[in-house]
Amino acid sequence: MIAEPVISIVNAVLFVLLAPLLGGLIAGIDRKVTARMQGRVGPPILQPFYDVGKLFEKENMVVTVTQHFYVLSYLVFMVVAGALFFSGGDMLLVIFAFTLSHIFLVLGAYASYSPYSHIGAERELIQIIAYEPMIIFTAVGMYMVTQSFNVSAIVNSGIPIILYLPGVFIGYLIVLTIKLRKSPFDLSTSHHAHQEIVKGVTTDFSGSNLGKIEIAHWYEYVFLLGVVYLFFGFNPVLAVAAIIIAYFLEILIDNTISRVKWQLTLRSAWLIAGTLGIVNLGVLYYLKGVIMP
Amino acid sequence: MTYLKKSPWVIHYDASSCNGCDIEVLAALTPVYDLERFGIINTGNPKHADIFLITGSVNEQNKEVVKNLYEQIPDPKVVVAIGICAASGGIFRECYNVLGGVDKVIPVDVFVPGCAARPESIIDGVVTALGILESKRLVMKENGKKTMEKSGSAE
Amino acid sequence: MNDLLFLIGFPVIIALLMLLVKDKIRNYIVIISALALGIASLYLLITYFNKNTVFFDIPFEPASKIMVVIEVLLAVYILYLGIKYKKYFTVALILLQAGLLLFLEIGLISDINPVKNLFIDQFSIIMALIIGIIGSLICVYALGYMETYHNRHSDIKDRRKLFFFIFFVFLSAMFGIVFSNNLMWVLFFWEITTICSFVLIGYSKTPEATNNAFLALSMNLLGGVAFIAALIYIAILDPSGKLFGLDALISSGYAIAIVPAVLICFAGITKAALMPFSSWLVGAMVAPTPVSALLHSSTMVKAGVYIIVRFAPVLALTTEGFIIAMVGAITFLLASGIAISQSNAKKVLAYSTIANLGLIVACAGVGTYNLMWVAILLIIFHAIAKSLLFLCVGTVENRTGSKNIEDMGGLIVRMPKIAMMMFIGMAGMFLAPFGMVISKWAAIEAFITAPYGLIFIAILAFGGSFTVFYWSKWMGKIISVMRHQEVIEDTVKKEKWAVLYILTALVVGVCLAFPLISTYLIEPFILNIYGVTTGLSQANFAIMIMMICLLLIMPLSMLFYRTGSKHVSPYMGGRTTEGEMKFSGTFGTMRELSLSNYYMEKYFGEDKVFYIGTLLCWGLLLIAGILLAGVIL
Repeated sequence: MIAEPVISIVNAVLFVLLAPLLGGLIAGIDRKVTARMQGRVGPPILQPFYDVGKLFEKENMVVTVTQHFYVLSYLVFMVVAGALFFSGGDMLLVIFAFTLSHIFLVLGAYASYSPYSHIGAERELIQIIAYEPMIIFTAVGMYMVTQSFNVSAIVNSGIPIILYLPGVFIGYLIVLTIKLRKSPFDLSTSHHAHQEIVKGVTTDFSGSNLGKIEIAHWYEYVFLLGVVYLFFGFNPVLAVAAIIIAYFLEILIDNTISRVKWQLTLRSAWLIAGTLGIVNLGVLYYLKGVIMP
Repeated sequence: MTYLKKSPWVIHYDASSCNGCDIEVLAALTPVYDLERFGIINTGNPKHADIFLITGSVNEQNKEVVKNLYEQIPDPKVVVAIGICAASGGIFRECYNVLGGVDKVIPVDVFVPGCAARPESIIDGVVTALGILESKRLVMKENGKKTMEKSGSAE
Repeated sequence: MNDLLFLIGFPVIIALLMLLVKDKIRNYIVIISALALGIASLYLLITYFNKNTVFFDIPFEPASKIMVVIEVLLAVYILYLGIKYKKYFTVALILLQAGLLLFLEIGLISDINPVKNLFIDQFSIIMALIIGIIGSLICVYALGYMETYHNRHSDIKDRRKLFFFIFFVFLSAMFGIVFSNNLMWVLFFWEITTICSFVLIGYSKTPEATNNAFLALSMNLLGGVAFIAALIYIAILDPSGKLFGLDALISSGYAIAIVPAVLICFAGITKAALMPFSSWLVGAMVAPTPVSALLHSSTMVKAGVYIIVRFAPVLALTTEGFIIAMVGAITFLLASGIAISQSNAKKVLAYSTIANLGLIVACAGVGTYNLMWVAILLIIFHAIAKSLLFLCVGTVENRTGSKNIEDMGGLIVRMPKIAMMMFIGMAGMFLAPFGMVISKWAAIEAFITAPYGLIFIAILAFGGSFTVFYWSKWMGKIISVMRHQEVIEDTVKKEKWAVLYILTALVVGVCLAFPLISTYLIEPFILNIYGVTTGLSQANFAIMIMMICLLLIMPLSMLFYRTGSKHVSPYMGGRTTEGEMKFSGTFGTMRELSLSNYYMEKYFGEDKVFYIGTLLCWGLLLIAGILLAGVIL
């Protein structure tokens, strides 16, 4: 048998190489489905790749050179977080690495002294603190079911995690809306037509920096949907189906519900985390003590 | 072949237009004409844009703004002046505050006539602009290569 | 043993010297003694790190008699001051405390003679290193800071001789606390630190400073009263005085030790400024910044959590321990929340300190072996990063005259090196892979196996996200690049730079070295007490080190990008900007732009949240008290 560390490294490398392709395709399918929902034809599925290709062809223009550093760090640590996840590492560490990379994006927006980036950065921070409790509860819930924080152990456990963590799963889906930057929670920046503070966090980035941010988003999609997979890990076919249905629901919600204010985002995300998340975990804790050894 | 042709992002600015041309521009983005199927996105941010769609003429108040926006668009970029006001000032040309068409402050690549310009003309203008954009990109690549060779041979 | 006596005694000698010399000679003496203390602490580490607990037989008398005399003298001094400033609550407390102390000394234990009075173990080494290295560095920093402070505030009387005298007395007392095995001696040094804090907070003698000094004094005296009550209980229980030894008390089991443990932990709670006693620490921020750095973030308040961590084996898995842990956890959550709504930099740092101390106490209160590991780790990382931040804020305040975060915009242009160091300090407080995040990670993994751990994890998840918010927005403020501003940091003195550089290096260095610290110091300590130990797995160590290396290399990317980028102004709706601070508005005017952070007063306003915290924590303490009463009866 191949040794465990080797499999981990192979998985990580595969992630680094293939995730952008998969993520870009997901983004492209997203735009196509959105267009169809709106009664339009929509761009070709490979459009996101054309977009990023074009961005790298543009002139190297910045507001301040520190933007290069922050965007590069954002991308690098996003890749690190995802690679850690797919190589089977510790889920909490993955979450912290993930937060780290987002902070760099926020700092990059703060670096240029523009009102749009600034408000975008504040809202992005609010989004981060809105979803963080819930994803920590997700990791904790998985531990309670499988007795391990390691992604490899969770995936290979064969336990139907979704049956034990239905509340956490729904909570995660709601928080996924925030992370995927879909309406109603696309406060800090959003795709294309949904402007409010111009482009929010990404206002003052251009050319290759913007391209790198887009690629980082692709890595992020793959990672986030990978977490959905974990809930259904015991049956890969079911898991993929769940991912497709979940993403379709996200697109549907995006197109039907309009953006809410940050206060509502924060409150509802925390309320959801508090109720669905903690109650589910609490019930599980109690049951484990009483029913299961 | 560049990617610019497949993914041109547009910034639309109303200089001092009566909004007639602006409505036609936005009509082009609706499901009837659906410009997004060509990868065209209306981004309101010059730093993300390739094509600068301007309607309306230039006056004292907005000439700085037009210049500022133009500078903030990264190369390669094209300017499409839509409507007769953007081309020459239109029926407002004799007004005391109107300086004239957009080409008084920034270089324009494509003029789209009409009052108001029809969506079909606008699309035609944008497609022409795409061709110009591509040739500009090739020139940029050449210049980039030339400066690299120059610095290489200087050493 | 000589090393210990040196560390306790030498600062006292230097302190007396400080009362005599001035300025230039003072500078030399402080720098030399700082070096001496640092080297002595390191020598301590090298000598004792691979031995387990070592006890030293020092005679109880005449040291104790001298201590009683000093304590009575100090009580008289405070009585006089309390009456002079009409602080009658303080007067009442000091009378109560003096009375109880005399009752204890004369009435109960006049003829005991315990022997094992000083000791050293790995935890003491860690604390000694913090006091010896970080404390000394702050003393050196204070030289330059106090000079500028008096230049700026010419209306405040120059009492620097007293200032440095108290500083060194304080260092001596801190060493005394961590090396004493005899609880009577711990009490003596404990009270000395209380007095030091009182004098230093009131240094500027403004009405506000005096009031806050007395507030701090009252709350700490309240803790002192609890401490003495614990000692009286011990004396009544065992008149031979054997139980005054920390080791003897802790190993005597729940039934005997729980009452003194809870009482002493109450003293620890007041000293560590947990809710409901946090107002004294926030008020103490009026003191000069070196005082805030030394006493109120890295050392004195650490004494409070130190004693609670010492008693953790007694509290582990008990209801009383759970209550104390809940006080800590609620403090963590609410103090982090309040920090979001504060724009005064020192207040943000104060609330952050209170929150982190709460977290340490939450870990210690639950007291399982892996949580102890986390608690000690938190102590180390917090002490270093927080002192760096306080000193940087002090430097910024000296140069710009403002402590407000909103005035720190664009600091990276005006004071690039300081801004970078603040960046590293803040990163050390909340960003992976630095220390505090390692601790948070380990805390979650530890709480999950502890009873009722879910409550703590929920609090940690929410409190942790508050933490991310207030640090990130401060960080964003200082790194925003507002060009066309002059650099103002060139006038900062050399010795301040030296201190700041060393502390920054420590923040990074301790992170990189923490596998070593864990293996050689923390794990053996925990093994001794619990019989099992823990640590991060090898793979995770490796990943953390990799991430730190990545983080350190990334700034090099800036060199790569330095040339070849075209600079434009930020997007301001097409308006032309002038130096990013002004933009052309209507009617041809130039208008100024100001951007400020979100403070969310409605959710996290200080008064409202503090009120909730006070209610909850007093409630919890009352329950603990009732339980204790049950045990006694």
